[in-house]
Amino acid sequence: MSDISNLIEEDSDNDGEAMTAAEVLQKLEEAWLNEKFAPDLLENKSDIVDCMMDQLQEMENNIKLAKRGDFKVSLHRMEIDRIRFIISSYLRRRLEKVERFAVCVLEAEEKRDDEEASRLTPEEHQYAKDYQESVEMHMKNLALRHMPPNSQKMDPNLTTIRPNVDSYVFLKVNKHQEGVLVEEESSDAGEEVLDLVKGDQHIIRYRPISSLVENGSVTLM
Amino acid sequence: MFGEKALELIRELQRSGENSLPPYNEDGVRQVLEEMLSLFEQNQKDVSDTVAGQTGLFAGVQLRHSALERNKRCVMAYLYNRLQHIRKLRWEFGSVLPQEIKYNMSEQEVQWFNKYNKCLANYMRSLGEGGLDLTQDIKPPKSLYIEVRCQMDHGEFETQDGSVIILKKNSQHFLLRSECEHLVRQGILEHIVH
Repeated sequence: MSDISNLIEEDSDNDGEAMTAAEVLQKLEEAWLNEKFAPDLLENKSDIVDCMMDQLQEMENNIKLAKRGDFKVSLHRMEIDRIRFIISSYLRRRLEKVERFAVCVLEAEEKRDDEEASRLTPEEHQYAKDYQESVEMHMKNLALRHMPPNSQKMDPNLTTIRPNVDSYVFLKVNKHQEGVLVEEESSDAGEEVLDLVKGDQHIIRYRPISSLVENGSVTLM
Repeated sequence: MFGEKALELIRELQRSGENSLPPYNEDGVRQVLEEMLSLFEQNQKDVSDTVAGQTGLFAGVQLRHSALERNKRCVMAYLYNRLQHIRKLRWEFGSVLPQEIKYNMSEQEVQWFNKYNKCLANYMRSLGEGGLDLTQDIKPPKSLYIEVRCQMDHGEFETQDGSVIILKKNSQHFLLRSECEHLVRQGILEHIVH
């Protein structure tokens, strides 16, 4: 990673905080793994992605300046390939979720107040709208239009695909957390509360720990 | 038996498996829709008869209503699963589909494919400066250069550093992975693993 820092002249500024390229890459990897294993769409990290893409562009420019046949060029090319793969994989996984849960995602966007940050980037939002519209038009034209009058609407309760927030995930604890509520109080069992010690690994349902993933106290693996 | 034609549609999809898209069964879908219309008309007639005082028709109405719902569900599932398959084709083959596959799609499906293409292209173009092609780099890069063998004549190929390579059938080359990945996916080059 020191190779990248050598190639890059200036520090990358992220929200006024100067982070080295290495730290941005670390954050990108975490975001990538979390997005990969979480059943639901997470907050978008477009600042990290944009920053990394700028770095990639700079690295490509710097390589062009280097002498041909210089050994360092191969190493940097590999680094560029790897970073590009991580970014592509991250964005692909997000796009896959946006497509699958398009109806849900658009619903959530409608309900959101203005102060709350959106989980979608504006481009993803546009993509969700276009995709949903194209699927609906297709169904309407090919089938719904020709059905008897009572059946011409698609019932959202029956057709919407919702993320399975109760699926199990593996996680690793980054920050010590006391008293995480895992099971609500019910008639069979009392409420189950867990203490998360730093460095521990657990397998647990996604729903109780989703907020911890968002604030970085745990990472999915 | 009500709903049999609809089940046929689903079975057709299941039989063809993961890898191939069967031809669009226009007749099948049309028959299911016709069955739905006739069920609905019979139901309407029974409902007006019941209002007029006849009894004992409720069971029939319920049965036909269930058949209607089932037919609707099967048709929607058939169409939706085909769309998912076509979407997968975009990620595998790129924006131009081979003629044999296009032959199996109905005209509306081809239109949907073009729309999906446009959606995706707009999104990819908006990423970073000058866009990022998300359909490349599907697998993690194991090595920088890969050894490939040409499966067919493909003419000249210019590499990143300017040298021109002639891709003749059965010739072997050592190329940058990022440059020839799309040719490997299309089947023009074959990745040789030692």
